[in-house]
Amino acid sequence: MRRDTLEHMSLPPLPDSAIDLGVHASDWRAAVRFAGVALRRSGATRDSYTERMIQVVDEFGAYIVIAPGLALAHARPGPDVLADGLSVVTLATPVTFGHPHNDPVSVVIGLAVSTPDAHVNSVAELANVFNDPQAIPALAQATSADEVWRVIQAPTVSDDAEPVR
Amino acid sequence: MKIVAICGAGVGTSAILKLNAERVLDRLGISADVSASDVASVSTSGADAQVILTSPELVSRIPKTNADIVVIDNYFDTDELERKLEDAVG
Repeated sequence: MRRDTLEHMSLPPLPDSAIDLGVHASDWRAAVRFAGVALRRSGATRDSYTERMIQVVDEFGAYIVIAPGLALAHARPGPDVLADGLSVVTLATPVTFGHPHNDPVSVVIGLAVSTPDAHVNSVAELANVFNDPQAIPALAQATSADEVWRVIQAPTVSDDAEPVR
Repeated sequence: MKIVAICGAGVGTSAILKLNAERVLDRLGISADVSASDVASVSTSGADAQVILTSPELVSRIPKTNADIVVIDNYFDTDELERKLEDAVG
């Protein structure tokens, strides 16, 4: 699925392989790991990026839970980021991250970017998606990738700039 | 007026706070320079800031400062941001 407005978007790609809906995560670590595995499956990252996303929470706490029900799992850019990418994971049963106001979490967004500048622009673009208060409940209830893309209008392939050979 | 948005791992969630703070300040008609930084460098990046924006989870990690620390629960709730920023700078 391609979007007419693709060229205006600064969101990283969100391919079908990076969307995992209704997973069963036993705790926040498992939830973040699902988001990391989805990024790796889409070709955006290596395994070690998943572990680094978990380390961010171990080190700094649950600040990645930036809104009620939503965690933005991410780590600094590094060699284990192969391409910019997003993942979306929804949890069959919400899990607690330890945030004083925004628990429990039912939607985990995984974010990987290769440079700090891209990071700023990509995350800012997410604000445009989630400033709509309907976005998080809509994602939590999504049962198909199409429903996710309706909320997050990100590119769905990672090599848009390259001509098909 | 200088405002710094703080997150844990470099330029991550602070970018969302920065963008939404700029929107709210615009709405309030307040002119301010908003930047994004992390807890590791806040002692320099926030040295001359009047306001530090951050998550409740990170407050205890911010070193002693003269700036008002404004704690934001929902980064996407611009009404919450507007109310708290107005209190801090008004």
